[in-house]
Amino acid sequence: MRQHKPKIVWLQAITCNGNTHSLLSSNPSRFELLLNSFNFFYHPSITTENSLEDVLNLKEIDFLLLEGAVTSNKQFYQISDNSINDLLKKVSKKAKYIISVGSCASYGGIHAKFEQNSDIKGLQDILNVWELKKLKQPIINLTGCPVHPEWILQTLFTLKEFGKIGLDMQGRPKDIYFGLAHHGCTRNEYFEWKIEAKSFGHKEGCLFYEEGCRGPMTHSNCNRILWNDVNTKTRAGMPCIGCTEFDFPRDNMLETKKNIGIPSEVPLGINKRAYLTITGVAKTFKIDRLNKKLIE
Amino acid sequence: MSTKELKKNNIIENALKLFSTKGFYNTTIPDIAKAMRMSVGNMYNYFASKEELAKYAIKYSTNILAEQLRKINHMDISSKEKIFLFTKVYLENVKNSPEVIEYFLRVYLSNREVFAQGCEGFLCVSEFVTEVMIFLDEGASKGEFREQDFFSAFSMIMGCLGGFAFLSGEKVLDKDLLEYSDGIAENIFRALKSDETT
Repeated sequence: MRQHKPKIVWLQAITCNGNTHSLLSSNPSRFELLLNSFNFFYHPSITTENSLEDVLNLKEIDFLLLEGAVTSNKQFYQISDNSINDLLKKVSKKAKYIISVGSCASYGGIHAKFEQNSDIKGLQDILNVWELKKLKQPIINLTGCPVHPEWILQTLFTLKEFGKIGLDMQGRPKDIYFGLAHHGCTRNEYFEWKIEAKSFGHKEGCLFYEEGCRGPMTHSNCNRILWNDVNTKTRAGMPCIGCTEFDFPRDNMLETKKNIGIPSEVPLGINKRAYLTITGVAKTFKIDRLNKKLIE
Repeated sequence: MSTKELKKNNIIENALKLFSTKGFYNTTIPDIAKAMRMSVGNMYNYFASKEELAKYAIKYSTNILAEQLRKINHMDISSKEKIFLFTKVYLENVKNSPEVIEYFLRVYLSNREVFAQGCEGFLCVSEFVTEVMIFLDEGASKGEFREQDFFSAFSMIMGCLGGFAFLSGEKVLDKDLLEYSDGIAENIFRALKSDETT
């Protein structure tokens, strides 16, 4: 007997294609497993036999994935005379699971900052979940700019096997977003002893004080499940810019906002007074090892 | 606070008076023991050495100020009012317990070698420095203070207050110390305020 392969429909709204690129860069054997385990019914960038009309004629969609921010304003985005909002309202009624892929689909992302159109939103802001009778659980937000390919795969396989996935207050899968980008950061010892990176792109030093790193306040496992299985922003010398959080993108992302030299935000869950005390003490230690190049 | 802690604090208070008037090297453990009316041997049950006592004393004296500034930081008043209040509290300390500030100026700042091990950087004064950080951070985040380097702001406040405590200790001031309070506070405020703040 042929095993039922759940149908995936991937739609795109206002997007740079970054999440699609990310998916296509996933670990090849994992991606092959995805294609073998699911029926990739429709994706604008992947050749399939099906058209958008076929999608509209479907009775049921197992997984509806959206990439990109949405707008009802057809001047800014439309597909075949449909606004993306209208299209999504039709298609979402067929879906068992709806997944916003990336920060734009989740919360509007960078497009929501576009001043000429105030009607740019995340998917959850335009759909009325109560009208979606087939939906098996609330809309899932896979945040990230772009989303890590493994997060898409992990979510799809979890839902396929277990039917449910635990979500946090922001609608993100808890298993993926419970920790911080800080966890697993190879610069943690520099963070502890307050040794700052001198510039971007080096292996040495912490990027929190001077370079705007949001690792200690950003929910993400990207320093534990690495990109391309080998690297992350912080390992490469680029600060975490908090791309998995609700407020992404913030202004001046490569700067640490400070008041008279004191960081205006401190790591999550730490009282500012206590943090500043610890910082002052940590700075008094001069550890030679940490002030040298890692590889001479 | 345990009896031993109370006794330790009592020793520190006596030591502060002696250190701040005679200096660190001219004050001996027997001098302090004598002021305490206790034996030299018993003194060592509380502090292993004069250096250790000196380090405890700097923590003790700056923590008095830290606690006072923390209370002010928690008040729902403007940063300007906080400066005026803290300046007054600081000068009251100078007037009522001159040994606390004198110790800082005449021992902690002058005999750095005593504090080189175990009191590096902010290690022994961190509670107070933290309160100054909180005070400056809140003032700047509310737009009352302008952006500047932390240390230039910090030294503006503490240099000004410490300098005045020094003048008082030298007995060169012609008016009562507290009469200068508002004038000093005004100077500190003007040095910190943002261009928009009046």
